[in-house]
Amino acid sequence: MNVRVQLPRTAKHGEVIEVRIAIQHPMETGFRYDQMGKPISKNVINSLVCRYNGVEIFRAEMGSGISANPFLQFYTMADASGALEFFWGDDAGDQGSERALITVAG
Amino acid sequence: MNTPDRRRFISVLAGLAAAPLWPARVALAYPESLALLIRRITKGAAVNSGRVKVDTPRLADNGHSVPLKVSVTSPMTAADHVRSITLLSEKNPRPVIAAFYLGPKAGRAEVVTRVRLNGSQHVIAIAQLSDGSYWSGSAEVEVTESACLDAS
Repeated sequence: MNVRVQLPRTAKHGEVIEVRIAIQHPMETGFRYDQMGKPISKNVINSLVCRYNGVEIFRAEMGSGISANPFLQFYTMADASGALEFFWGDDAGDQGSERALITVAG
Repeated sequence: MNTPDRRRFISVLAGLAAAPLWPARVALAYPESLALLIRRITKGAAVNSGRVKVDTPRLADNGHSVPLKVSVTSPMTAADHVRSITLLSEKNPRPVIAAFYLGPKAGRAEVVTRVRLNGSQHVIAIAQLSDGSYWSGSAEVEVTESACLDAS
């Protein structure tokens, strides 16, 4: 699973920063059939959690209504230097994680 | 000729003609197909309309990937913030698109994502605030090529 996280490298204390994450995943709906006419089973990233220095700041529970290669953009208050960690898992039991560092001045 | 019976008959006819307008109006604010689901999400609590804004392009060419932004008017403080936002689709085979959980540390109650839409419809967002109240907003999207979610 390819993943891309975008957030500012530095921020001022108390600044609201934009966090973006895009994960490469088919988000298979379970309503499609393969060439042999066999249904393709549903497999979507059903949950994603973002923690900022260990504290949960955002969680998403997703279904087949989220597009393939899910993209999420949300916000958080930069209050300390450290890491934003992302954890997610799909219906097939595959899990992924990613982390990004941020330096907060002042 | 103008017997009371005839008058009553005409007034009933007029009532019938006006009747279809009512469900249509209700559906606009609150799609009927979702009423039950919304009641389950809010555990029966009343949903106020307002404070929640759903932004989508008015016309989406491709239902497989429609950019969507949902924002809630909230100071996002420890005392007054958005707890969760649930996105609902009027026509998708699985009406719950996603649920987002925020907290006072979010700073700004806004989430952007891309959704699949099975045809032209309303997309509804229900937000729960820290005081337990529910607010909703919606957007109408015209989808040229639907995501064909149910393979029909």
